[in-house]
Amino acid sequence: MSTVSTDHDTMKYDDVMAVFEPVIGLETHVELGTNSKMFCSCPTAFGAEPNTQVCPVCLGMPGSLPVVNRMAVESTIRMGLALNCSIAPWCRFARKNYFYPDMPKDYQISQYDEPLCFDGYLDVLVDTDDGPRLFRVEIERVHMEEDTGKLTHAGGATGRIHGADYSLVDYNRAGIPLIEIVTKPIAGTGALAPAVAKAYVTELRDLMRSLEVSDVRMEEGSLRCDVNVSLNRPGDEWGTRSETKNVNSLRSVERAVHSEIERQGALLESGGRVIQETRHFHEDTGRSTSGRSKEQAEDYRYFPEPDLVPVAASAEWIEELRGTLPELPSLKRARLQLEWGIGEHELATIVNAGALELVESAVAAGVTPDAARKWWTGELLRVANDREVELADLPVTSAQIRRVEALVADGSLNDKLARQVFDGIISGEGDVDDVIAGRGLAIVSDDSSLIAAIDEALAAQPDVADKIRGGKVQAAGAIVGAVMKATRGQADAAKVRALLLERLGVVE
Amino acid sequence: MTAITRSDVEHLARLARLDLSEEELDHYAGQLDVILQSVARVSEVAADDIPPTSHPIPMENVFREDVARPGLDRDIVAAGAPAWEDDRFRVPRILDEE
Repeated sequence: MSTVSTDHDTMKYDDVMAVFEPVIGLETHVELGTNSKMFCSCPTAFGAEPNTQVCPVCLGMPGSLPVVNRMAVESTIRMGLALNCSIAPWCRFARKNYFYPDMPKDYQISQYDEPLCFDGYLDVLVDTDDGPRLFRVEIERVHMEEDTGKLTHAGGATGRIHGADYSLVDYNRAGIPLIEIVTKPIAGTGALAPAVAKAYVTELRDLMRSLEVSDVRMEEGSLRCDVNVSLNRPGDEWGTRSETKNVNSLRSVERAVHSEIERQGALLESGGRVIQETRHFHEDTGRSTSGRSKEQAEDYRYFPEPDLVPVAASAEWIEELRGTLPELPSLKRARLQLEWGIGEHELATIVNAGALELVESAVAAGVTPDAARKWWTGELLRVANDREVELADLPVTSAQIRRVEALVADGSLNDKLARQVFDGIISGEGDVDDVIAGRGLAIVSDDSSLIAAIDEALAAQPDVADKIRGGKVQAAGAIVGAVMKATRGQADAAKVRALLLERLGVVE
Repeated sequence: MTAITRSDVEHLARLARLDLSEEELDHYAGQLDVILQSVARVSEVAADDIPPTSHPIPMENVFREDVARPGLDRDIVAAGAPAWEDDRFRVPRILDEE
């Protein structure tokens, strides 16, 4: 497959949903934020020079032996507890054998039939047309493993793996602790499947950040998702599922589920059959292409890792770790909703926009909850969607929002100008005051220039002027509009109206 | 009794990236069959009250504290690489067989 353009037909989402029900499942890999690797003491800093954070263990040298990082185990147990999981009293690592140069040992140390945590759930809130709905996503398992090295494909026309002449490998990432969180199949979401998937991964991200087990920098690839989707007709058994890999942002999780539902819908409606396969998601097109057909689990020839002894989590240890859990996001949301004085719908809007932390940090910086919510789930969200970036990646700070709000409050800016200020900040024109100066955005508050503009507008529309003088105050809108236009929106409409009525001697 | 077929050996060889000749496939199928039969005899003896052993030493919870130490000097790493380019290990094309 050398092309990344669509290799398949699609069917309109709503049309698919009229005929089929989706079942989805998510496997999420997250790099833990430990100082050292999972099985050796190599550093884990992101962005280091290639192959400078490697040693005989993570390079798979003969005779080297792994030793488990205690912090990684504790982080996994804490994550399991936060996901309402049972913690295995005794479990082992397993060796997953495969030949691929991203693992120099030719196997990855993972867990197989004895995951450290299992049978949990995570409640997620999804905003719908009928108000917020709570979905319980059941967790199958949370297990520990190690990350792989990073491949760069060289030669060939595309820079992709297909057609490459050879590949280069940096093993800095090999051996960084990963946890894999696997959901049980999620059915019953109907058309909300993409939204539920996104809400789940967002919630997972927030949970990991609040536990401080990972800072989850998605742009650095520290959270990666595989998305399983199948379709069935109502009442039928679940369909064959595909697994879409390489889904590495919150936006992409939603898009990947959406586009896979459209693809399978078209396939099934035209009499085709979904094959169980791995597909690769492409950020640029929002679509996926077929990858290799899935290797069977038995092909990995899993067996208990002979170089590591079992992990036996005692009840005391588990309880000690439970005691370190911070306020969990669901409780925190309930608290913030009270503190901010907002309804469930507003809260769901914030959460679904992925803006909870941003609003929280703006409020902590002194912005009113209303203003913080308004900007992050309004204009800034619109800009992020336009630019196809994550909201949190917009270069807008809490301090900047506070400054803009202060300027709106004292009448120096109106909302329209404030939007331009944010546009300037995001376009790299500097801080709030730099943009205002650079674009000449200050509100015209000087009475004499406003009055001049009012007189001009009155002269241009003498009939309207007469109507207002005659007591038809509602006609004032036409003059105010003309003045706002003349000042390119840089006037306070209420003030213009007041000045206009005063000028004409009309009392409201 | 358990019998390992020639096609089992072929499949396993492919997974292990071993290029076996026709004669070798027959040879190993026979040898592996003997090993499997020996293991099967052990299974006959093992009762439900005997837990399978995965590790010879009865130990649990051997951990390392999360302290980072510098790894190898990159020159040493490079010296162990069959091919090296742009500070990275150079490996042959990957998807050849597909």
